[in-house]
Amino acid sequence: MSLDLLVSHYNYWVVIFLMMVGFYILISRGNLIKKVVGLNVFQTSVFMLYISMGKVNGGTPPILIYGETDVLYSNPLPHVLILTAIVVGIATTSVGLALAVRIKEAYGTIEEDEINAIEARTEATG
Amino acid sequence: MLLTLLAAAGLALLRVRNLFAVVMLAGIYSLLSAGLFTVMDAVDVAFTEAAVGAGISTVLFLGALALCGHQENKPGHTPLLPLFVVLVTGGLLVWGTMDMPGFGDPANPVHHHVADHYIDESYHEIEIPNVVTSVLASYRGYDTMGETTVVFAAAVGVMILLAGRLGRRPRPEGKGDGG
Repeated sequence: MSLDLLVSHYNYWVVIFLMMVGFYILISRGNLIKKVVGLNVFQTSVFMLYISMGKVNGGTPPILIYGETDVLYSNPLPHVLILTAIVVGIATTSVGLALAVRIKEAYGTIEEDEINAIEARTEATG
Repeated sequence: MLLTLLAAAGLALLRVRNLFAVVMLAGIYSLLSAGLFTVMDAVDVAFTEAAVGAGISTVLFLGALALCGHQENKPGHTPLLPLFVVLVTGGLLVWGTMDMPGFGDPANPVHHHVADHYIDESYHEIEIPNVVTSVLASYRGYDTMGETTVVFAAAVGVMILLAGRLGRRPRPEGKGDGG
């Protein structure tokens, strides 16, 4: 029983592990670019979770084969959703990186703790 | 298996502090995930991920690194609280998967709600053999238009943020409409 569970849920668990690695990078690292990388890892693992759900054992990619009626296709709907998500993901990544570049210009650093220190100093003096 | 390789790449990402190496590892990670998508029958997703995730986003990251410097500081605070949060969240998610049906079972409910309709009827209705394309461009055409709006808004946002320096050094941005 538990071996069955391991085999049938292995995909989900590795995906969750990757998701948590991305989440950990996101909340524990101070460098803004590293944070964006963590966000990307998280995002890709969500894609893998969805695609895992769409897979059918013994299925083929959902491109219809002309003249054949007895073909088992994988589920195309998660694929469509994830295509949209990938494109939106690159859009958010580019905005995040542009923000990091602007912060670098304004503060001279992209480390979170140094930015906080500069902020505290300007509040104390100004 | 590819998933195990992916886990290794993820851990390496966590440890390495030279950001150039991190970006390269992120590209490898993307490429591995594209391979995984191919194995799981999602060929359209695989080539989009390979082009966008491993290609364009690596270029974007390298551009940002050229402007920001490439060495990361050592994290100053103890990682105990983040580790705790991550472990709790992960535990909850694993607990959540216990109720999920097994991987790849054709009897899973997700395959029998509307997916059958698209597979059986989309060729008569749209006459495109690739079901993913016909759903993306026809049944969900408005959504795809909204998606291009998002990409446009992101491109405008990047241009506004970098307006001061854009005259000297244009950056590639918002080219990600591979879908």
